[in-house]
Amino acid sequence: MSRHMAAIEREERRHAACLVAPALVFIVLGAFVPIAATGWEALHGHDLRLPWLGRPFVGLANFVEAARDPRFTAALLHTVTFAGITVPLELTLGLALAVVMDTAVRGRALIRLAALLPWAIPTVVAALVWRFMFDAQAGILPKPLQRLGLVQESFDWFADPLAAWVPIGAADVWKTTPFVAILLLAGLQTIDPALHEAARMDGAGPVRRFVTITLPLLRPALVVAAAFRMLDAMRLFDVAYVVTGGGPGTATEPLSLYAFIALMQRLRFGYGSALSVTVFLLTFAFALIWVRALGRSLVGDRT
Amino acid sequence: MAALRLEAISKTFPNGHTAIHHVDLAIDEGEFLVLVGPSGCGKSTLLRLIAGLETPSAGRIFLGAVDVTGVPPQARDLAMVFQSYALYPHMSVRDNLGYGLKVRRTAPAIVAQRVVDVAAALDIEDLLDRRPAQLSGGQRQRVALGRAMVRQPNAFLLDEPLSNLDPALRAQARAELRRLHGRLGVTVVYVTHDQEEAMTLGGRVAVMRDGVVEQIAPPLEVYARPVNTFVARFIGAPAMNLVPASLVGIDTPPGAVAGIRPQDLSLAGSGQLRATVDLVEPRGHDYLLHLRLDQPGLDPLLAVVAGAVPPAVGARTFVAVARERLHLFDGNSGTRLA
Amino acid sequence: MRVVGSGVAVLAGAALLTMLLFPICWMIASSVTPESRLFQSPRLLPSALSFEHYRALFDERDFLVPVRNSLVVAATTTVVAVPVAALCGYALARLRFRGRGFLLALILAVSMFPQISIVPPLYLMLRELRLLDTYPGLILPYVTFSAPLAVWLLTAFFRHLSPELEEAAMLDGASRVRALWDVVLPLAAPGVASATILTFLYCWNEFLFALSFTLGPERYTVPVAVTLLRGRYQVPWGQVLAATVLATIPVALLVLTCQRRIVAGLTAGASKG
Repeated sequence: MSRHMAAIEREERRHAACLVAPALVFIVLGAFVPIAATGWEALHGHDLRLPWLGRPFVGLANFVEAARDPRFTAALLHTVTFAGITVPLELTLGLALAVVMDTAVRGRALIRLAALLPWAIPTVVAALVWRFMFDAQAGILPKPLQRLGLVQESFDWFADPLAAWVPIGAADVWKTTPFVAILLLAGLQTIDPALHEAARMDGAGPVRRFVTITLPLLRPALVVAAAFRMLDAMRLFDVAYVVTGGGPGTATEPLSLYAFIALMQRLRFGYGSALSVTVFLLTFAFALIWVRALGRSLVGDRT
Repeated sequence: MAALRLEAISKTFPNGHTAIHHVDLAIDEGEFLVLVGPSGCGKSTLLRLIAGLETPSAGRIFLGAVDVTGVPPQARDLAMVFQSYALYPHMSVRDNLGYGLKVRRTAPAIVAQRVVDVAAALDIEDLLDRRPAQLSGGQRQRVALGRAMVRQPNAFLLDEPLSNLDPALRAQARAELRRLHGRLGVTVVYVTHDQEEAMTLGGRVAVMRDGVVEQIAPPLEVYARPVNTFVARFIGAPAMNLVPASLVGIDTPPGAVAGIRPQDLSLAGSGQLRATVDLVEPRGHDYLLHLRLDQPGLDPLLAVVAGAVPPAVGARTFVAVARERLHLFDGNSGTRLA
Repeated sequence: MRVVGSGVAVLAGAALLTMLLFPICWMIASSVTPESRLFQSPRLLPSALSFEHYRALFDERDFLVPVRNSLVVAATTTVVAVPVAALCGYALARLRFRGRGFLLALILAVSMFPQISIVPPLYLMLRELRLLDTYPGLILPYVTFSAPLAVWLLTAFFRHLSPELEEAAMLDGASRVRALWDVVLPLAAPGVASATILTFLYCWNEFLFALSFTLGPERYTVPVAVTLLRGRYQVPWGQVLAATVLATIPVALLVLTCQRRIVAGLTAGASKG
């Protein structure tokens, strides 16, 4: 190892350090220090409404309380179920949308434009619109759904603990399916059309080609899209906050919303932090499992 | 302008791959040296080491009398023509040519003058205000060359500069490069995988394999006296035939290999070697024959023969060898014997 | 077979278009329907055109304030985050240094942080620094959370640029910084544009931080203001919908004008470098 090499490489490392430093400062100060602080806060009893109690160290007491808190268990269940139902739905619909965009000869640009709009508009706007569409008095959906015999006369979608999930899910699926479709469309377009031609020469019909050529080659894109959607679904907040506010009661309350209420409404910072930490651990665990199970296709680094 | 000297250069990449093994190389001032070898032999890495784009893991590089091993590419004052030409797509040809001078804070008037001079020398004056995307392949190649010439650098490094041209243009550009070198008398290190390019361009040719320089000599010497079977087969087309020396009546040393260029074989009415014509490839002014020898376990011999009527496929024939042009190699190491 | 196939495709396309655009159309239609008609039988085409909701938003609700807040925060964040991300992305794409892979993983990790998990300490920290309910109090978390996406995207983008161009510049005598400025940045302009648009959209749409770190209407951003227009007992739907339309207009303009750059950014950021 020559000293010259060291000189040039030191120079390059110095450059790299300078270029990376600003971003690193923001990420460390804005994300890693706070997440550590949340973990630390979660080990304390801290109630902003009761400042005279101070901030005593309580160990894992907050987590123990959470484990015994039926509202927490319910919120956890809500979060996981919501992700488990909406993500496959979004992937399926997104795949369909991607295939239509890929095959459409005319109107492709129009569909892409139409797909980008729901993705781009603020989540709270999407949520408000769907809240309004299901509104008992002014909504455009309840009447036709009654006529179809799906629900009874004067059914209030927001009064039923299960039915209240429908507008939440609808808003989420409507807003995020286009994102999935755009990712999958990019995947579809990397597939060499010659492969389809070869399969056709081999006598494969359209369905068979889709199953044996398109799907396997689309796998990396599907894995990435599914991961993005899963991670997003598990931190579900905006839609639930706006559409139902967690109601009726706490029937549609996901984990992030419960944590937010504990923090910002009840001002129980210790307990709220413990809930926030569980949201973090949940997504982190999922990401870890996902990367392990599906290899390095998610964080794969070329060099 | 300056001479270049590499001393015991090695390069191991962080992934553990050793691209260059202990290479010594001296390039004289004004010399045209061609680095040639199959892909992956390390010739491009060697060029990038000279350029300063890579740092050697061991060894030293001298430019003239100066040790430039630790000097970054900016300060070496070398010019490089990349395989892709690497013309700045967002700059006009004029700005591409002048960039190196501008970066070195040359007075604008001088930059403009140099650019016009070089453009005139390369016959690209009409293109000065175009963008690279508006140029043909041949024009881009000239601009890339011009960008190197403008600065009057210590040496020119050319990385397969002709490989993106179509064959007709390539022959023309090759001749032009040759003339240009004769006129400017600059030091050139030229990388190619094409042995024909190496033969026609090089003042000397360095044949590389697996990160090692196997032979460095003027092209005709490399052709006439290849140091081993690898060089023998890499230089010259079609590739040299290798057969057991015993087949052509040479028994000492035992196990030796005889190398016969296809041009040194001919068909005869009688002789030691009997063969069947396997394939006939007409090449215009001559034929390339694939001859299957009667002895089992041998590759077909390639022979280039002239003549109005080629032998028919399947015809039986004798093969005559020009004995005085035989190359003899050691059977194990492949190195040249005598 | 072919005809049937294309017929199905056209139908599917039309159905998808309807599903995608219907809510937006209905939102716009309802926002110009007079309050009195809004609760009669809902219909897609407004029976009478009225801009009363928009007028009320600006006259009674001061809706310009959240619009201004959102614009200031989003613009500042973008101006800070994109250059920071561009430098970092360049280093990650081009320079050899130890811990590069680790840094990339770190950045990817931040982009999947649930926002709620850093709300408590940030709230306490901002309160301590008296930055609650201020622009900087929002800009800090916004830069942190939008930078990873931009870094990821720009790293992918820089990797697609031929390294030979910079090498040529360096052999021409340019320092690395000069090569970055003269050659790389002009060529990376489309990638930088993508990153800029996505960062701006992120800030314009962000809700949780804005809801947590602003305390009153003076500092509400558009998403918060739109959401909190709803009273406790009664929802002024007309005004809410007019506000959602206003919140959508800048986004729609960006989508209409920069469709290509947005798609490029989304797919570059999502595919591995």
